[in-house]
Amino acid sequence: MDAWRITWFTVAAAALATLVMLPPGLAIAWLLARGRFRGRVLIETLVSLPLVMPPVATGLVLLTLFAPRGPAGRLLGAAGIEVVFTWKAVVLAMAVMGLPLLVRTARGGIEQVDRRFEEAAATLGAAPLRVFLTITLPLARPAIVGGAMLAFARALGEFGATVMIAGSIPGATRTLAVGIYSYAETGRDADAAVLVAISAGIAFVALLSANWLTSRSGARA
Amino acid sequence: MIALDVRLRQGSFALEVRVRLAARITALFGPSGAGKTTLLDAIAGLRTPESGSIAVGARRLYDHTAGIDLPPYRRHVGYVAQEAALFPHMSVRRNVLYGRREGQRPSLDGVARMLEIAPLLDRRVAALSGGERQRVALARAVMSAPELLLLDEPLAAVDVARRRRILPFLERIRDELMVPVIYVTHDPAEVRQVAEHVVVLEGGRVVHEGDPASAVALRRAEGPDP
Repeated sequence: MDAWRITWFTVAAAALATLVMLPPGLAIAWLLARGRFRGRVLIETLVSLPLVMPPVATGLVLLTLFAPRGPAGRLLGAAGIEVVFTWKAVVLAMAVMGLPLLVRTARGGIEQVDRRFEEAAATLGAAPLRVFLTITLPLARPAIVGGAMLAFARALGEFGATVMIAGSIPGATRTLAVGIYSYAETGRDADAAVLVAISAGIAFVALLSANWLTSRSGARA
Repeated sequence: MIALDVRLRQGSFALEVRVRLAARITALFGPSGAGKTTLLDAIAGLRTPESGSIAVGARRLYDHTAGIDLPPYRRHVGYVAQEAALFPHMSVRRNVLYGRREGQRPSLDGVARMLEIAPLLDRRVAALSGGERQRVALARAVMSAPELLLLDEPLAAVDVARRRRILPFLERIRDELMVPVIYVTHDPAEVRQVAEHVVVLEGGRVVHEGDPASAVALRRAEGPDP
């Protein structure tokens, strides 16, 4: 049955997208929470842009950038990597759309870490990266995990950007959200309904865990 | 020899301190708001002065005119702040070992014995009493092999009797480790018991400097401590 393959692909792509966005997401969250530099508001705005822009527009921007003749696409093409209309495009769309949720939640968690712990670690000889890895990250962990869950849930439902840059190729780039649209469009209502039910189930579990984790981090602070 | 020349402004408050300290334990004495914590923060590198210089022995930690401003993690200045700030997600042992550098003294056993924290090492931080926290924080700072130790009125919030129980441990640090200590307090009895030299700070300025008896007498003459 196709539905299971689509489900598996969607969950795997969303999980991979979450992993991909963690390093840049945490770095940006830390910069926004602790950095004192010009252009902070600009970075914050840029990162959050996909939250408010029509996802299709974000998708078109990505398509322009990563198309074989686009600036990023040309670089990747030279390395033999093709992105658009492959599974990599699905992951890319999901990562870009999920990033704002991860950054915003993680940033809140990092801001709540008492600076005295970080200062104490610094006076004990820990350089900034060590302070971040051994003090800030563990203390902000509930919020970071919660943010990652939110981003994962968002990635699972990604439609607009995905359809622009990855299309709806059965067995290659078709995700749950895109599949629902394709099935409904071609009159396969029963197949679409199955995907809807699966989506709802997964989203429910993901959101529930995200809320549980973020509320726990709030209670701790 | 610790040479401090710190000028720092914060709103309407101005700190202006110029002292040279040669004693093993110097008490920084004075009422709340005198700038004691601000001065320690500047020495530890948590706050940058506007001008001046800070040197521990031959090492310059900060020198405005020379453009030197070492980050806290390169200063080798141990700092036990008012709240012990033990890392809540680590055991006592991992806290104490956090700042240890490779192949250096003092040993964990030695420090644990000196500060009587050996039985606490495998506990969680949350399970410690106030006095225990204070000793663990002291041990953690000592284990980082600092060239100068700053103590900011450990446990100011705790009652006087309990706070004074830390004094014998301070004396041990003074006698067993060759680390100079700057100790912030506003308790005259503490000054008399452990300090060799006293700097009295008021309104951001040094108003008196000398041996403990004279400084305490001076403060007495001026009225009760807040």
